[in-house]
Amino acid sequence: MKIDFEDERPIFQQIALGIEDAILTGAFEEEEQIPSITEFSVTYKINPATALKGINLLVDAGVLYKKRGVGMFVTEGAVMKLKEKRKEEFYDSYVRSLIEEAKKLGISGDEIIAMVARGYER
Amino acid sequence: MSGIELRGVSKRFKDVTALDNVTLNFEENKIYGLLGRNGAGKSTMLNIISNRLFPDEGEVLLDGQPVRENDMAQGQIFLISEKTLYPEKMKIKEAFKWTQEFYPDFDVEKARSLAEEFGLSDKKKVDSLSTGYETIFKVILALCVNVPYVFFDEPVLGLDANHRELFYKHLLTKYGEDPFTAVISTHLIEEVSNVIEEIVIIKRGKIIYNESRDELLGKGYTVSGNAGRVDSYIKGRDVIGTDSLGGLKTAYLLGRPDRGSMPEGLELTGMDLQKLFIQLTNE
Repeated sequence: MKIDFEDERPIFQQIALGIEDAILTGAFEEEEQIPSITEFSVTYKINPATALKGINLLVDAGVLYKKRGVGMFVTEGAVMKLKEKRKEEFYDSYVRSLIEEAKKLGISGDEIIAMVARGYER
Repeated sequence: MSGIELRGVSKRFKDVTALDNVTLNFEENKIYGLLGRNGAGKSTMLNIISNRLFPDEGEVLLDGQPVRENDMAQGQIFLISEKTLYPEKMKIKEAFKWTQEFYPDFDVEKARSLAEEFGLSDKKKVDSLSTGYETIFKVILALCVNVPYVFFDEPVLGLDANHRELFYKHLLTKYGEDPFTAVISTHLIEEVSNVIEEIVIIKRGKIIYNESRDELLGKGYTVSGNAGRVDSYIKGRDVIGTDSLGGLKTAYLLGRPDRGSMPEGLELTGMDLQKLFIQLTNE
């Protein structure tokens, strides 16, 4: 996972997204322990409070849970949960910006659909 | 109150007021950024906290007790500063032991291993070090001293990118293992921005901001695009600065963005700490 300090999204959100991606790609598996707050903090040179804030987003979403005195673990069923959530966000995060850019360039709706079909076939 | 507390601290040097009625609290176990332009009063403040200077007015308390000429309190505070206070001709390894005399929890073993990692030979004499290695030497002391309040005055002065990264890594590792209060005074704002939790900005001897980084960054935003449209949006708003490039304009604003009345085609972005700092401390 990568943190982009130029990105306008706050770092804690990027941490949460990075962990989500790691879970979705299987880098962090369900019922497995994820790195500690200190490891995130040291690796990305960020304040531990920022790392904690990112992790807490995922705890609140039921994607991670805390084992007292041990650390943070990926919840069973987290992958399904994340896929559902990401699908819901798909329109807002991708389709909307795709259309915005297409309008700027004068690309029609039909042309977009044709391009998408072409890309999907690959 | 626990932590270090400055109460109405003022300090004048002839006709210059270096600190003007400063009231401030450094809480336990937090990482602070102390930011200010040259001559803003940062070093004066640190020297007063560490008993190297006395205030004209006001006082500094540690857990409610005055720090002035208080050895117990001073044993809890460590300052790395521009001046090297070690005897001439003393070797690095002797200096580590010497530091342990004053700070019994100083970890000599760790200091030796850090010196090796930073490529600092402990056989060298303290007064023969280059700017970069003098900084490294002082940073190593600060990372090994094991006291609850450590003040880093320009901890990355003269360090190359690798050594700066190594410093932040060790700082955060130590903080993660055994939290303490770290106050970092630096001009490299961008770099320290994500490491710190709290920000203190000092301007001409006065504290102008003292809050969490997230809160401070949430106060400002940037709008850029076509100059005419930017101008129409920023009219009547709290603008702290602008940049122009041909027909493009970037405006730095305080407050919350008002998306509803923002003309189309303008780009809205967050404020980064360095830009905010420059705009807030411009004379």
